[in-house]
Amino acid sequence: MTLEIILFILFALIGAASGVLMITRKNPVMSALFLILNFAALAGIYLLLNAQFIAVVQIIVYAGAIMVLFLFVIMLLRPDAEISILRTNPLLKYVAIGVGVLVFAQLIYLIFFFKPLNITPSDVAERIQIGTVENIGTEIYTKYIIPVQVAGFLLLSATIGALVLAKKKFE
Amino acid sequence: MIPVEYYLVLSAFMFTTGVIGVLIRRNAIVLFMSIELMLNSANLTFVTFASFLGDSAGQVFIFFVMTVAAAEAAVGLAIMIALFRNKQTLNADEVNVLKW
Repeated sequence: MTLEIILFILFALIGAASGVLMITRKNPVMSALFLILNFAALAGIYLLLNAQFIAVVQIIVYAGAIMVLFLFVIMLLRPDAEISILRTNPLLKYVAIGVGVLVFAQLIYLIFFFKPLNITPSDVAERIQIGTVENIGTEIYTKYIIPVQVAGFLLLSATIGALVLAKKKFE
Repeated sequence: MIPVEYYLVLSAFMFTTGVIGVLIRRNAIVLFMSIELMLNSANLTFVTFASFLGDSAGQVFIFFVMTVAAAEAAVGLAIMIALFRNKQTLNADEVNVLKW
């Protein structure tokens, strides 16, 4: 077992376990903290895939900015304890498990039995090259400049929309 | 060298977790977090293929997925605040004014 495999198993286990814990915790604050752990584990996996820039952005933007917003709103609103839907409607548990198994089976089928693409793995030097800040920045500001502008407008309109929605009274 | 399937199976598992989370939870904020989990599993697939195919388009796309996730979180949480102010609840089952 190489170090790569050990690290992958470690991060994958943390990621999968924190995802499951996130949807099963009753306290939304605990859910948010487990989601942050999940994002951190994903950042580790991105590093294994030689995507340095994405790994750092994952920590800064997702685990930092977005989840702080979530935690802030949870603590601001302090909603009353959630009544588990599994207790009020036990049938739904089987529906949820059934749908989950169905979705998972479909994805597994796609991964293992449906291969229109012949993936020839790129060599490591090339992989390290495409994940650098320099390369991603060049791509974003040359080839993808219009989508970046559109993303900027989207963020602006989202900011205005959030302000309008969270305002105290509509005049 | 880890085969591509390992990453894809992890991504599939996380996506399924998100789907089940949306189905079994009733707290609207936790529903949002489950959606974030699904977005992230899609991101993992993007990075995996970007890395294995040697194409940076997948990594650039994550940049845009993150932008959309941030916009979604901002607007969604503003809706939660407006909702809590009007109905004093975040239970997704009690918010049924638009249903008929």
